[in-house]
Amino acid sequence: MLDIKNLHANVNGKEILKGIDLSVKAGEVHAIMGPNGSGKSTLSSVLVGNPAFEVTQGEVIFNGKNLLELEPEDRSREGIFLSFQYPVEIPGVSMVNFMRAALNEHRKYKGLDPVSATDFLKLMREKRAIVELDNKLASRSVNEGFSGGEKKRNEIFQMAMLEPKLAILDETDSGLDIDALRIVANGVNQLRTPENAAIVITHYQRLLDYIKPDVVHVLYKGRIVKTAGPELALELEEKGYDWIKKEMGDE
Amino acid sequence: MQESNDILNEVTSGDYKYGFVTDIDTELIHRGLDEETVRIISAKKNEPDWLLQFRLKAFRHWQTLEMPTWPHLNIPPIDYQDIIYYAAPKKKEGPKSLDEVDPELLKTFDKLGIPLHERAQLAGMAVDAVMDSVSVKTTFKETLAEKGIIFCSFSEAVLHHPDLVQQYLGSVVGYRDNFFAALNSAVFSDGSFVYIPKGVRCPMELSTYFRINAANTGQFERTLIVADDEAYVSYLEGCTAPMRDENQLHAAIVEIVAKERAEVKYSTVQNWYPGDKEGKGGIYNFVTKRGLCKGEGSKISWTQVETGSAITWKYPSCILAGDNSVGEFYSVAVTNNYQQADTGTKMIHLGKNTRSTIVSKGISAGHSQNSYRGLVKVSPRAEGARNHSQCDSLLLSSTCGAHTFPYADIQNETAVVEHEATTSKISEEQLFYCQQRGISVEEAVGLIVNGYAREVMNKLPMEFAVEAQKLLTISLEGSVG
Repeated sequence: MLDIKNLHANVNGKEILKGIDLSVKAGEVHAIMGPNGSGKSTLSSVLVGNPAFEVTQGEVIFNGKNLLELEPEDRSREGIFLSFQYPVEIPGVSMVNFMRAALNEHRKYKGLDPVSATDFLKLMREKRAIVELDNKLASRSVNEGFSGGEKKRNEIFQMAMLEPKLAILDETDSGLDIDALRIVANGVNQLRTPENAAIVITHYQRLLDYIKPDVVHVLYKGRIVKTAGPELALELEEKGYDWIKKEMGDE
Repeated sequence: MQESNDILNEVTSGDYKYGFVTDIDTELIHRGLDEETVRIISAKKNEPDWLLQFRLKAFRHWQTLEMPTWPHLNIPPIDYQDIIYYAAPKKKEGPKSLDEVDPELLKTFDKLGIPLHERAQLAGMAVDAVMDSVSVKTTFKETLAEKGIIFCSFSEAVLHHPDLVQQYLGSVVGYRDNFFAALNSAVFSDGSFVYIPKGVRCPMELSTYFRINAANTGQFERTLIVADDEAYVSYLEGCTAPMRDENQLHAAIVEIVAKERAEVKYSTVQNWYPGDKEGKGGIYNFVTKRGLCKGEGSKISWTQVETGSAITWKYPSCILAGDNSVGEFYSVAVTNNYQQADTGTKMIHLGKNTRSTIVSKGISAGHSQNSYRGLVKVSPRAEGARNHSQCDSLLLSSTCGAHTFPYADIQNETAVVEHEATTSKISEEQLFYCQQRGISVEEAVGLIVNGYAREVMNKLPMEFAVEAQKLLTISLEGSVG
């Protein structure tokens, strides 16, 4: 589904990603772990086409298409979804208008007619139940006045609405208490199918207790330095990141 | 920031849809303004002598005035002797029935989305269509007459209802009011007249559509709305003009009188040609609009969506004379490219327990300048007056300007006056968040701008809310950053 080859990227002229290779197949969940500043969030930003990041080398193929040539909105319509680490507030734009615009753009891209108002509201009801958001959601402005936990649940709700092929969860666990974490993880698990895939970016093992990864990667100084099964996450939890740094000859 | 400026620029550079010219024979009078001009206009309209005298007084007063310099506007000098003050589409020869409107004119209004044919007329809406200096046709006139409602062109009202016109003309905006009011009072050509009798709720929206067509002319229309005791009317005004390189002057007056417990809602969707992307051409829109809440418990609401004109100078106001009367002003003013707007309102509290609400939403893009200017005045005898003002500015570029000039003159200490103001920008992060969900930048700007303006758009009559939303998005096409 996703093939990343030798990906290099800069932000403000500084190279952050220094040659990433990563391959994700349908049905898989990949966890990307690593210490702060290793490039985890840069990787997710580059994949969704955030203009603040500049790709200098390498290629990314998503379902046969050259992802780096697509506009951010087309990457979304192709089925890439990012659950933002810091979801943005858009005052004055209601969730219902926002989601309807998004869903209809996705439908138009697939050659489908806009969704009817009744079907849309039904879908909203169904999907918000997955992350236990209440019905006031629809009339509230996008993320405005949401608590930290609500914002993250709202991200997963949007993911449920858009049914992406590849979901990237960027530190979705940060700032969540244990109940919110459980709700978010449950939501993600319910949305797993053999056809879609997920990249879970996290600093801690905690989230991976709930969302079981198939593969765990360690990102360090802009490179993937270790790849293994779920046991790697446990090892990291136990030993911290220092042994990786040592292994890399940094300390 | 540079990058998102580019994106916003792209999004707010849409084209003006109504810039075409109708090819029709037009009757013009000589260029320039003198007493003779005033007399000719009056004679063309077969006006009674009292109206000619009114015009002449206004003209003589105008000669003593200078253009106002206090607005935050850069107005190039206007040569008032280089303007043609009367232009009328020529009537074709033949039977003179009211339904025999020139097909060219019908086509023009069709193109503007204002069908005037009996069969295609907008349901639930009566329209007075004005081209240049004359009213082309007024629809549903007979239906309304059954309820005693008078809705006709101003010229017709002068001929058929002279007493009403004489009683109210200049009673809210006197010819001495300001430079442009004096000019309008001297040379006004056509416009609409509305009278709603006692206790009558007007069963449909009334609307006037103003179209400038002829070149080198000015449009000086005059609207007068009188709502008698316990009457209600909702009135909507729309306007467009062809795209031309030279500027054209539009100086109108709207007067509203609301008697006891009467209510008048006046909505404007102003889309005069704004000039091109370099700021060439466009309409100078210098308008005096004022409502008098004369009776106890009366109410006047102004709602305006302003997207057009090169320069806008306009302050729809309410004089709250009756006790317990209510004034409202809801405004969205969009400026893009090199447009300039200095707009706002005056709420003059004279009666006891009078209330006013001001909601102003400015949206500026490109190199435009957008100012809110408002006055809240509470007179010594206006016990218990209340005002709430909210003035928000949304900036879409780093080269535009948004300014707020709120004035308060409170002479009664029981008054409660509140003022809130915010300034915001559409951030790159917001746009990217939308894009990540599959929403293009253009559409994201539309969503955000319409969300920002929602409070005001909700006040428009339903039929026009959708149209106005689209207009808002189109006006900003190519402007995001």
